[in-house]
Amino acid sequence: MNQTASPSLFQFVLYMADNCLVLGHRLGEWCGHGPVLEQDIAMTNISLDLIGQARLYYQYAAELEGKGRTEDDLAYLRSEREYTNALLVELPNGDFAHTIARQFLFDAWHLPFLKTLLASPDQGLRDIAGKAVKEATYHLKWSSEWVLRLGDGTEESQLRMQVALDEAWMYRLELLMPAPFEQRLIDAGVLAGPEEIREEWEQTIADTIREATLTTPDDPAVQTGGKTGVHTEHLGHMLADLQYMQRAYPGLEW
Amino acid sequence: MNTSAPDIASVWTLLETVVDPEIPVLTVADLGIIRDVHLIENGVEVVITPTYSGCPAMNMIEVQIMAALKGAGYQDVRIKTVLSPAWTTDWITEEGMAKLEKFGIAPPRKNQEFPNCPQCGSPHTKLLSQFGSTACKSLWQCQECKEPFDHFKCH
Repeated sequence: MNQTASPSLFQFVLYMADNCLVLGHRLGEWCGHGPVLEQDIAMTNISLDLIGQARLYYQYAAELEGKGRTEDDLAYLRSEREYTNALLVELPNGDFAHTIARQFLFDAWHLPFLKTLLASPDQGLRDIAGKAVKEATYHLKWSSEWVLRLGDGTEESQLRMQVALDEAWMYRLELLMPAPFEQRLIDAGVLAGPEEIREEWEQTIADTIREATLTTPDDPAVQTGGKTGVHTEHLGHMLADLQYMQRAYPGLEW
Repeated sequence: MNTSAPDIASVWTLLETVVDPEIPVLTVADLGIIRDVHLIENGVEVVITPTYSGCPAMNMIEVQIMAALKGAGYQDVRIKTVLSPAWTTDWITEEGMAKLEKFGIAPPRKNQEFPNCPQCGSPHTKLLSQFGSTACKSLWQCQECKEPFDHFKCH
C-alpha cells in the first residue's frame, strides 16, 4: 500500500506537521505576553505539545521521503508556497479572544480527526495519533472553556469573543475539505473521509457557541488555499522569523 | 569499568540512577519510559518512549542515559525511541507515585476527580489551571491549607 500511497502520504504528513508547527509557533508568540500567568503557561504548554507533534510528523515525513532531508530541513528550509498548513492556523494572534477562536476551531477538528487516524492502516500515522490524541483532548477542553468564559462573561468579553469568532469563521471549513493528496489517501483507505467527523465537529462547535451565549456567524464565505500552498500575507512574515537563523547561518546548531 | 560480561539486570540498576531533570525525585525507571533493554555487541540498546510529544526533558534524559551507561563501560550505547504504545501515567511505578507525593506533587491516581493536597492530605482541592510548570502537570490549590500545588495529570 505504501508503494502507491507514498507521495500523497508524504504530502499529508507534511501538512499535519505544518499545521502543528505554525499553530505552535503562533501560541509561542504569546510567551511572556499572556493575559495572566496561568494562561501564558497554558498557551506555551499547548505550543510545546504542538511543536512536539510537528517534530514527530516531520521525522516521519523525512523517513517516507527517503532523500536525506531531516526534520529540520523540512521545517526551516521550505518556502511559504511549500507550506501546506490550513489558513486558520496562520492567522495572527490578535487579542486573546482571536487566539481562542482560532484554537477552538482548530481543536474541534483536530481531536475527532486524530481519533480517525487511530484506525488508519498506516502504522506511522497511528503511532503519532496515539500520542497526539491525548494532548488534543486537553487542548479542546481548554479552548472550549475559554469560549464559554469569554462569551458568557462581561459585555466587553462577549463582544470580543463574537468578533473573533466571526472573523475566524470563514477559515474553519478548509480543515474538512480534502486536498488532492488527502482525497487520494481517502480513496486508498488510508484516511477517513470528512463525513466521518463532520457531525461531531458541527456538534462541538454548535454546543459551545450556544452555551457561551454567542451567535453562530451567518457568513457563508469559505476561504481556502493553504493546503495547496496559497497563503494569507501572514505566513511569510512568520516564516521569516521562524527560519531566519537557518537561512542566515546554514547548518547552525546550538 | 564493567569487565565481566554485561547483563540486563545491571543495565536496569544503572538506569535507576538516571533521574528526570524536571522532577529529580523520579528515575526514568519510575517514570515507566524505559520500554526495553537489549544487549548488543560491545554494548546495549535502550528503548524509550516519550511522555508528552513536546517534552523538552526527553533530550536531556537521553544524554543522561548515554552518560550513565558509557560511564559504566558500555562502549556502544544506542537509544531507540518508540511512540507506540503511547506512554501512560499507569506505567509510573507505585514507588514513583509515593516519591511524587513526598516531593509535593500530587500523583496521578485514576478515579480521583480531586487530587489530595500533597501538603496536608485534604481532599478539598480546586483546579487553578489545566496547565502547570511542565507539560505533564496541572496547577491546583488546597482549600484547607491554601497551598498551591502541582498535580501530575492522569494521561
